[in-house]
Amino acid sequence: MNTLALDASHTNGVLHVLDATSAAETAAVTTPAVIRVTDLAKDYTRGTSVVHALRSVSLEVQQGEFVAVMGPSGSGKSTFMNLVGCLDRPTSGSYVLDGVQVTSLDRTELANVRNKKLGFIFQGFNLLPKMDALENVMLPMAYAGVPTSIRRHRAEVALQAVSLGGRVHHRPNEMSGGQQQRVAIARALVNAPSLILADEPTGNLDSRTSVEIMAILQRLNAAGATILLVTHEPEIATYCSRTVVFKDGLVLSDHNNENIVSAAETLAATPAQVDDEEVAA
Amino acid sequence: MSAPADAFAVLAQVPRGGNGGPRALQSIPSALAALRSNKGRSVLTTLGIIIGVAAVIAIVALGEGASASVNSQLAGLGTNLLTIQPGSTSSGGARTGSGNAVTLKAADADAISQNLAGISGVSPVVSGSAQVIAGAQNWSTRVQAVMPAYLTIENWTIDQGSTFTVQDNTNSNNVAVLGTTVVSSLFPNGQSPIGQTIRIRNVPFTVVGVLASKGATAGPGGDQDDTILIPFQTGQVRLFGASSINQIVVQVADANQITTVTTQMTTLLRQQHRLASSAADDFSIRNNNDIITRASGVSSTMTMLLGGVAAVSLVVGGIGIMNIMLVSVTERTREIGIRLAIGAQPGDVLSQFLVEAVVLSILGGAIGIVIGAGTALLLPIVVGWATVVPWNAIVLAFGVSAAIGVFFGIYPARKASQLDPIIALRYE
Repeated sequence: MNTLALDASHTNGVLHVLDATSAAETAAVTTPAVIRVTDLAKDYTRGTSVVHALRSVSLEVQQGEFVAVMGPSGSGKSTFMNLVGCLDRPTSGSYVLDGVQVTSLDRTELANVRNKKLGFIFQGFNLLPKMDALENVMLPMAYAGVPTSIRRHRAEVALQAVSLGGRVHHRPNEMSGGQQQRVAIARALVNAPSLILADEPTGNLDSRTSVEIMAILQRLNAAGATILLVTHEPEIATYCSRTVVFKDGLVLSDHNNENIVSAAETLAATPAQVDDEEVAA
Repeated sequence: MSAPADAFAVLAQVPRGGNGGPRALQSIPSALAALRSNKGRSVLTTLGIIIGVAAVIAIVALGEGASASVNSQLAGLGTNLLTIQPGSTSSGGARTGSGNAVTLKAADADAISQNLAGISGVSPVVSGSAQVIAGAQNWSTRVQAVMPAYLTIENWTIDQGSTFTVQDNTNSNNVAVLGTTVVSSLFPNGQSPIGQTIRIRNVPFTVVGVLASKGATAGPGGDQDDTILIPFQTGQVRLFGASSINQIVVQVADANQITTVTTQMTTLLRQQHRLASSAADDFSIRNNNDIITRASGVSSTMTMLLGGVAAVSLVVGGIGIMNIMLVSVTERTREIGIRLAIGAQPGDVLSQFLVEAVVLSILGGAIGIVIGAGTALLLPIVVGWATVVPWNAIVLAFGVSAAIGVFFGIYPARKASQLDPIIALRYE
């Protein structure tokens, strides 16, 4: 398994957000946690009443894990994802992402963390409609200040990796849902993030396309990427290495999967549908 | 390991390299793309700025054109002209008005032309009202006895015949040059007055020339063409007597030297008149610059007033841009959310929308300049109005339209950059 590149790049302080203390931490711990959440809580004030969306969650996710986050609506999993995704700040508790305490960062610093340490995959794909696939994938690198030539090259490699090398100049409305989600995956990984967050990535897709997407995510995970995936489909969770279930703002259960199903094998066993998608070679 | 998996491993290297250029410039392509994708709306949005800038430029061009033509008309009065008049007299405590004293002499004019440098023409003037008879016609007009140089000094040109000469003056010849009003009054049948004899206060004069018409002046003086010019000596000897003169007109070679010459002339005339150092001047020296300054002041005030009214439409145009940018921010809330999620900093979003607003207003400014300058160039041809293409106003209009973009763009752009990414991502 080829995980060397991820390890090297993520823990050696390449990113300027890493500071001296995090370097000391990584030296002390042999396998550094990508996510280390301690007593994380989030309250919302609705008028006079306070909603405890997340009560107290402590969780660690190690490098290379593929975690499925499950739970009914109102369980706090979305709030947890927003906090982990640095889109929101907790009411209390601590969140260390890849050695960086992100709880105290301001808006601009959080944007920088999202840009360089996180990759987002959404249920609704969330591609920019007026840009083609290549431009969409290049965008996170533009915000990271990567020179244009490198941006273009990496975006092309990323699109090839999700088997869309032939559709780089297609706009989102010229692509199927599965293709759009593959563009989104390419966009999520181009900045070599420490963590990929997938929020119901198969929610808008048919079952076969869902498995295709899971196959890509499994391959990505096999290459060393750490993935946190929110889903309400137990079937999707079977492709992950660990399942965390939320309920009422607390972690209800947290276990490693004994039998991880290979999405590629499922795909091979399912007869191909007649559609215009180019399935991964 | 399969090829795609290897690709993922390659991508796991954090991209490095230069900083990719200044952050603010990164947002220019996105801003331009956004404007291109909404061409119709972009053009309509800039319409306010286009009209505003075009109006300001066209109005300033017209104003400057009017101002320039007024100035050139006034310059006909002579910016380098000095008029010396006798001072007032005081008898028994009651002072008469300026020009009533009999202090100026022909000798003063000679002294000026002989002693002062930087002077291109001097003429003493004696004038008076006189009844003029030619054949069966008669006419009352102003007769001015002047030196031949007077015609040059006062910008008179000869339409028919010729002017009188220095020789005519020396010999006190009875010759006269008539203004067109006098010609039409005395020779109503259209016959040429040249060579005819007219009688001024019963003294016969031969008409040698007719002055080209100058038209009426707006101020005092009325019809400038209602006049007869005769040689100075002739006037003194035959008509008015040799006592005193009404005024001396002096043409200064260089208009910039007018103050220096005035000072020297004052000193000279005080010596001529043997005034004690404590005594006041018994003459006054005036020039036309005061009138010209006032007249051009009036026209530039009008230009500023009209330009100001046009500038109001620029502000309205700016508000139009702000309005559309606010709509655009609302429409693109989800896009902003996506950009924020993938790592756009609030400053990136701010500069993207600000650049859009500034590009819109600069675009409007540029189109407005073309239309405004085009109007300024076409008006003289089509309507015949004088215009001066105001380059300074063009530069100013460009700067102002960019500033309007920044001023009216900052609020929508700030609003965009302050969006909460979670809410923005959920926005439908």
